[in-house]
Amino acid sequence: MPRSLLPYFLVLQRLGIALLTLVIVSFAVFFATALLPGDVAEILLGQAATPEAVAGLREAMGLDEPALSRFIGWLVGLLHGDMGTSYVNNMEVADLIGGRLSNSLRLAGVTTLVSVPIALTLGICAAMWRGSIFDRVVSILTISVISVPEFMVATLSVLIFAVWLGWLPALSYGVDVDSWSAVLRAYAMPVISLSFVVSAQMIRMTRAAVIETINTPYVEMALLKGASLPRQVLRHALPNALGPIANAVALSLSYLVGGVIIVETIFNYPGVAKLMVDAVSTRDLPLIQSCAMIFCVSYLSLITLADVIAVLSNPRLRR
Amino acid sequence: MTPVSETTRVSEDTKPSGPTFVFNWVGRVGLAVILFWALVALAGPFLSPYPPGEIVDWDYFGPVSSDYWMGTDYLGRDIFSRIIMGARYTVGIALAAVTLACTIGVVLGMIAAVAGGWFDMILSRFLDAYNGIPSLLFGLVVVAAVGSSIPVLVLTLTAIYMPGSYRFARALAVNINTMDFVTVARARGEGTPYLITREIFPNILGPVLADLGLRFVFIVLVLSGLSFLGLGVQPPNADWGALVRENIEGLSFGAPAVIFPSVAIASLTISVNMFIDNLPTRIRDRSE
Repeated sequence: MPRSLLPYFLVLQRLGIALLTLVIVSFAVFFATALLPGDVAEILLGQAATPEAVAGLREAMGLDEPALSRFIGWLVGLLHGDMGTSYVNNMEVADLIGGRLSNSLRLAGVTTLVSVPIALTLGICAAMWRGSIFDRVVSILTISVISVPEFMVATLSVLIFAVWLGWLPALSYGVDVDSWSAVLRAYAMPVISLSFVVSAQMIRMTRAAVIETINTPYVEMALLKGASLPRQVLRHALPNALGPIANAVALSLSYLVGGVIIVETIFNYPGVAKLMVDAVSTRDLPLIQSCAMIFCVSYLSLITLADVIAVLSNPRLRR
Repeated sequence: MTPVSETTRVSEDTKPSGPTFVFNWVGRVGLAVILFWALVALAGPFLSPYPPGEIVDWDYFGPVSSDYWMGTDYLGRDIFSRIIMGARYTVGIALAAVTLACTIGVVLGMIAAVAGGWFDMILSRFLDAYNGIPSLLFGLVVVAAVGSSIPVLVLTLTAIYMPGSYRFARALAVNINTMDFVTVARARGEGTPYLITREIFPNILGPVLADLGLRFVFIVLVLSGLSFLGLGVQPPNADWGALVRENIEGLSFGAPAVIFPSVAIASLTISVNMFIDNLPTRIRDRSE
């Protein structure tokens, strides 16, 4: 194979691995949810759960077919965009999830726009002036935010911005969103809390990645030939740290899609994570499976994207 | 609060240290706080002035007073006693889970690195995929499905943090596995168990211990999160996360009840981080 094609081959390889992982994940998700204790038919019938009624309903719902054929039917449906019907209220799962997912994605999107530029700038600057007062302050702040439970970050920001200063409403939803300022006010609290949590991780990992490349001989060479500090870091070190940084950002963003259950609860924000937890208490298997698949797909695609960026940005693989 | 004043005293009379094997003062402060909470968790019943479940004061959300050092909670129970008992749940559950997770993860990781082949391939792919599920959400789903009890909490937290430990140990072990002394041992005809216990394990022990500390912090945070959502330790018992949940309404009355459990969580997790971050490099980076 010509050397110039190597990066593309590696990218294809990454995509193949991601697809394979996705199949394994869907398998695991389907059978793990099938193992949940409690029978759907019994829960749905409640008081009226005579053995005959349960058996009848199970047959009507197709639950008495072997698990493997149900799995294949489910996977094929999923590929056609058919997520099935909710057991509990007979609504299409796609309809149930649609609104919630766009809520979650909007929150994740706004948080990304706010936190990624800030986090990368702070991380790179901390690495550039390593050991300075600025670096120490940033390190102490990020360690504190990482060490503290999310609900404390959220509660503290409510306390400061909503209760003491009175700038923002404490709940995010239910506020009329008809103007730009109203949108800003409605999203501010959850976005602020999430940005703190997510940025702290990204800053630490960015700083570590940049420092690692600063310690390499070629950056030392740049120092010896008289390049200024910003030039050493931005031109020589940063391009080589791009892979790990992309990885850190991808991990943080995948967290924003599904990991924000506490922030959703505190601010009463209707997102996918809350939908899934509610679905578990009613044993609504199609809904649980679809939510789990959404989280895994978003995680896998972000991680794969980061992998691809790492391959394509690696100067050693470029000609 | 008492633990903080005790630990700052330690920091004042220690000088910044020279040799690399000695802890610097930040690490010592961290260690002191960790030991303090471990002691509190062990000696809990002897330290608490009131039974933790007893309603001692009919005035709920009471202020800090000489009888009730940290005020009273939403039912009029003594916060100080409840925090001391909460230390048992938070520290105990997190310690059990982190020990299990790291033991399983490190053993599997070393086997995967030494044995290689299909065992390594399948296990690594599977655990990678498993990583995609958000940890807190996974915990919530399991606990919502099978009900919350302490064994369930320990096993769930173990399941959440085992894959990370596996990955970490495997990455370290793969590096050691290519070194000359392992090749020599293999050429001598030593079997896999010998290679793992005598050649690999001693060389990854330092970083693995540091990783264990960080994982402990994550477990404390997830456990507190579960309890905060009402799915962790169940009433009348309470870990620190549950204490925050119970008393969060007191914030609007200006009650101190919610502050102390929050400070307890933060002091434990921050000091573990401080301790790990300032481990002597000879321990932390032993493999390099």
